[in-house]
Amino acid sequence: MKRRTILKGAGALALGSTLGSRVLAAGPTKVGFIYVGPIGDGGWTYQHDQGRLAVEAEFGDAVETVYQESVPEGADAVRAMTQMALQGAELIFATSFGYMDQVLEVAAKFPNVKFEHATGYKTADNVGVYSARFYEGRAVQGTIAGRMTRSNVIGYIASFPIPEVIRGINSAFIHARKVNPDVQFKVIWAYTWFDPAKEADAAKALIEQGADVILQHTDSTAPQAAAQEAGNVITFGQASDMAEYAPLPRVSSIIDNWAPYYVARTRAVMDGTWQSDNTWDGIGKGMVGIGEISSAVPAEVKAEAEALRDAIAAGSYHPFTGPLRKQDGSDWLAEGEVADDGTLAGMGFYVEGLEGDVPS
Amino acid sequence: MDLTSINPVLLIASLMVAATPILLAAIGELVVEKAGVLNLGVEGMMITGAVVGFAAGVNTGSPALGFVAAALGGAALSLLFGLLTQYLLSNQVATGLALTLFGLGLSALIGKPYEGIKSPTLQKLDLGPLGDLPVVGPILFGHDPVVYLSLLMVLGVWWGLGHSRAGLILRAVGENHDAAHALGYKVVRVRMAAIAFGGASAGLGGAYISLVRVPQWVEGLTAGAGWIALAIVVFASWRPWRALLGAYLFGGVTVLQLNLQAAGLAIPVEYLSMSPYVVTILVLVLISARGQHGAPGALGRVFHGTG
Repeated sequence: MKRRTILKGAGALALGSTLGSRVLAAGPTKVGFIYVGPIGDGGWTYQHDQGRLAVEAEFGDAVETVYQESVPEGADAVRAMTQMALQGAELIFATSFGYMDQVLEVAAKFPNVKFEHATGYKTADNVGVYSARFYEGRAVQGTIAGRMTRSNVIGYIASFPIPEVIRGINSAFIHARKVNPDVQFKVIWAYTWFDPAKEADAAKALIEQGADVILQHTDSTAPQAAAQEAGNVITFGQASDMAEYAPLPRVSSIIDNWAPYYVARTRAVMDGTWQSDNTWDGIGKGMVGIGEISSAVPAEVKAEAEALRDAIAAGSYHPFTGPLRKQDGSDWLAEGEVADDGTLAGMGFYVEGLEGDVPS
Repeated sequence: MDLTSINPVLLIASLMVAATPILLAAIGELVVEKAGVLNLGVEGMMITGAVVGFAAGVNTGSPALGFVAAALGGAALSLLFGLLTQYLLSNQVATGLALTLFGLGLSALIGKPYEGIKSPTLQKLDLGPLGDLPVVGPILFGHDPVVYLSLLMVLGVWWGLGHSRAGLILRAVGENHDAAHALGYKVVRVRMAAIAFGGASAGLGGAYISLVRVPQWVEGLTAGAGWIALAIVVFASWRPWRALLGAYLFGGVTVLQLNLQAAGLAIPVEYLSMSPYVVTILVLVLISARGQHGAPGALGRVFHGTG
């Protein structure tokens, strides 16, 4: 792909000071990946594995990648990461929020191994965090959803009540309301990242209660299938394009593109220039992609969504721009004010207009 | 909160769909356990049935053939368990757990080419004007054939275990295999038949997830449904109608909690999610307090003809 851009990125990283020179081990650099679901989920984990394959394609025999699928969040992750570190992995990507404390625990035991934790916020000397600004994509989805809904009920299958998910709900809601003031959100917390049967049931429950647009923050394509069966319901691909459900029910998608980041960080470890970082990129840097808006969307809505996408990419528009209030009616952002990253990273509240409570 | 947005008729109808896979698996496992065999491989057999059924459904274009293939696939895997535990006398708990792990891996292997493919879905049974009746129409007459099959199987197992000669022999084998053996019954053969029935039922349950409920193939599709089926057998204290009740209770709670959330109910959903398990534990405590746990006497014990 854009190998030159990647090289530039890696060069920029190389300018940073090194934390300590790595003893050059004989043989390939071993890179480990911890996945929360199976790589065949067609969504989140699939995209991370695409990143792993990109690392292999980039470095060939110079790297060896190992991965473990369906690692539960919690104590089991310690075992999985410890095993990888003992096997000689020099860089480990832990690709789910719920591994956060386990990453720090294992990282403390293996100071020479570098850890990269997806969507978390706790760092250490050998722990970096990275995430994508999925809420930028949610803004585009919200716009399309608000324009396309006829019942004015939009269903949202949420996973866990963590800032990343809450940001997504808020962003989608703000932009759906912006184009359609009558829009209402129904949120179901599935308490899972991956459980196709439950996701399908959640989608069906939302559809039975009148939703004709389903947004999902879970990883499987089951809600897409449920929407297809119901007919007259539109969905959005999550994490992966899910193009096999286009043009209907899937009308667009958020695509996570981890490959450039994984390649750059692997290179940094190989060069000995790796240092703990906190990366949070969005549409502009290409970490978040907007999947093709399908022919089921009217041209003017498509144009509107694409204009929003481009404005976000260019940095001229921020999805959380005031005036915005919190759900309880208190002021959050004044006219023209833009949310700071700190607030966004820890977001635990709904914006005004959303019904129901964030589970605690 | 707006509870009026929940339509109770649709709720009951989707509850039945959500409960069917675990009901199928549970009724099969109930027969296996009644024969004195504890097969913890339900999850593995379900997911194997799910992938085999899906593959057959996609390749032949016929969901019905998919279900047949799923039953055969589940039965084949269960016979592997039977061979190990009945002829080679391996430990049933360990073998059952191994069967689950094996089934999960095998299904991922078989399923690779089928990811992201859509299956032909089972048409709902068209019962003409019956399906259009208010209230009872969607609940009783608006389902696909497998829902009715699962109910017929409960009826069949209830009748078979309690009122047929074969059922009495099967229960004798499960209660005291040495006595049954002394009477001249082929303990191992009876158990192999029960195990195959359990495998076929689990396979059907798995295929119901991949062909009807979800309907597609992804790795890890069954997501623990087999374990719930095992819990239901205990909850039911080995009685078929209670298994039906248990399955609909478990399925019902799953669907109900999603609906309550969508309606904006403020109570924490965790309580609702854990309620079936709490009820299972309570039932266990109750039946052991009564001193009659209802478990087959020879459950999980190794049988050797000379012993």
